[in-house]
Amino acid sequence: MVHAGIAGYGVYVPYMRIKIPEIAKVWGKDGDKAARGLGVYEKALGAIDEDSATFAVEAGRRAFEHCKLDPARVEAVYVGSESKPYAVKPTASIVAEALGSTPHLTAADFEFACKAGTAGIQACMGLCIAQMIDLGLAIGSDAAQGRPNDALEMTAGAGAAAYVISAKKEEQIATIEKTYSYTTDTPDFWRRSHAEFPMHAGRFTAEPAYFKHVAECAREIMKRTGTKPEDFDYFVPHQPNGKFPVRVAKLLGFTEAQVKPALVTPFIGNTYSAAAMIGLSAILDIAKPGQRILVTSYGSGAGSDGFIITVNDLIDQKRPAKARHFFELINNKTYVDYATYAKHRRKIKSM
Amino acid sequence: MKHPLPLIWRMIPEKYYLMGSHCATCKNDFFPFRQICPNCRRLGKVSEKRMPTTGTVYSFTEVSAPPSGFEFEVPYPLAIIELDNKVKILAQIIDAPMEKIRIGSRVQMRFRRVGDDDEESAISYGYKFALIEDAASSAKTDKPAKTPKPTVSKG
Repeated sequence: MVHAGIAGYGVYVPYMRIKIPEIAKVWGKDGDKAARGLGVYEKALGAIDEDSATFAVEAGRRAFEHCKLDPARVEAVYVGSESKPYAVKPTASIVAEALGSTPHLTAADFEFACKAGTAGIQACMGLCIAQMIDLGLAIGSDAAQGRPNDALEMTAGAGAAAYVISAKKEEQIATIEKTYSYTTDTPDFWRRSHAEFPMHAGRFTAEPAYFKHVAECAREIMKRTGTKPEDFDYFVPHQPNGKFPVRVAKLLGFTEAQVKPALVTPFIGNTYSAAAMIGLSAILDIAKPGQRILVTSYGSGAGSDGFIITVNDLIDQKRPAKARHFFELINNKTYVDYATYAKHRRKIKSM
Repeated sequence: MKHPLPLIWRMIPEKYYLMGSHCATCKNDFFPFRQICPNCRRLGKVSEKRMPTTGTVYSFTEVSAPPSGFEFEVPYPLAIIELDNKVKILAQIIDAPMEKIRIGSRVQMRFRRVGDDDEESAISYGYKFALIEDAASSAKTDKPAKTPKPTVSKG
């Protein structure tokens, strides 16, 4: 059987940051307490001329800069996002055109809250394993939305991660050994047509939603592959904040050392469709050949995609440039105040 | 500035990946794309060529009285950029305060919105440039990417 694998990856995080206490003070809240409670200290935000399509293009370009493969070989581009610039018109076609992958390919946008990007990885894997394509591109990208003075505003970040998925073993820096998904109809978070901001069900988003789906997905994929938490070097769950991923890891029997290197949300906020994928990139930046990674994304609505990934020897020859490592690239930033944030995120209604 | 849809669409190769032209007779590159070589005229043999996506700041200024559509971005740096093949283009510099920009600063192309007339119109995307140290890139030069050949099958 052909195993699909990761040939390259790229991450884009916009330049601007806002600290959580800066948001909290506008709404009369205790900022330090809010940041501590969420485990998020600052979040990234896109400039007024950025959106999830521009993030996706930048991440895609970095993925091809990393793998050094020809983008014209790509035969499938899937972009997962819940903050598409158009309600009707694909972001994937913009990305494919900008990367030089058009016209001989299929392209589509995926939507499943925060796991739409990993759904794109699964679609690329399926096409690779069926030997319908050699190379696919899956991107998770979001300029995450949060209503002013809503709890989500404290965490909704911005960024994108792109993964080049190859059917050729010799191109894979890491092989995806197994994928499994756990899905139910659980309305914990949504955005209705024409609504600007999403709604959420408060605490309902935790136990019956995030924790249940991530934990069940992780347990089932381990059961189906006869693996245990100690068989993995790293665990990368979806990270809506800095606390949930650590709690779910503990619940499943993973140690903090297995999950902490993947925590990116405390530094850039919850990047929704990109969150688990950026977390995986932080692990691939440091992973050694032979190490195993368990990834479980989570999308409200609700579902979790699980992946068991084994790192290959090729990773040592194909590391991204140091400046492209997640914990390096986030150092290029500038802090803005709430008024500047409101302008760039178009929260001022007269604009 | 209004961005008519046919113009947005026709300019995608230029705006998305700096598609310019090359004259095989005089060996010069041109951007934007030229149908006829201004040096060789009818003797020129012109073909499409992607420009390099890195270059240096040749000159720059700060725009504080912008054209319509850029009101919310002021003040912003606007630069003449000399690409690595010596072709000069005019572009915004993003994600950098004015005091960090110098003549000779290395820059790299970025993909941004360049026109968004209103909430119901098509969005125009295109190139802007970021300082290379700020673009978090270790790449000091960038060879021109191969021009895609859309008619070649991937089969």
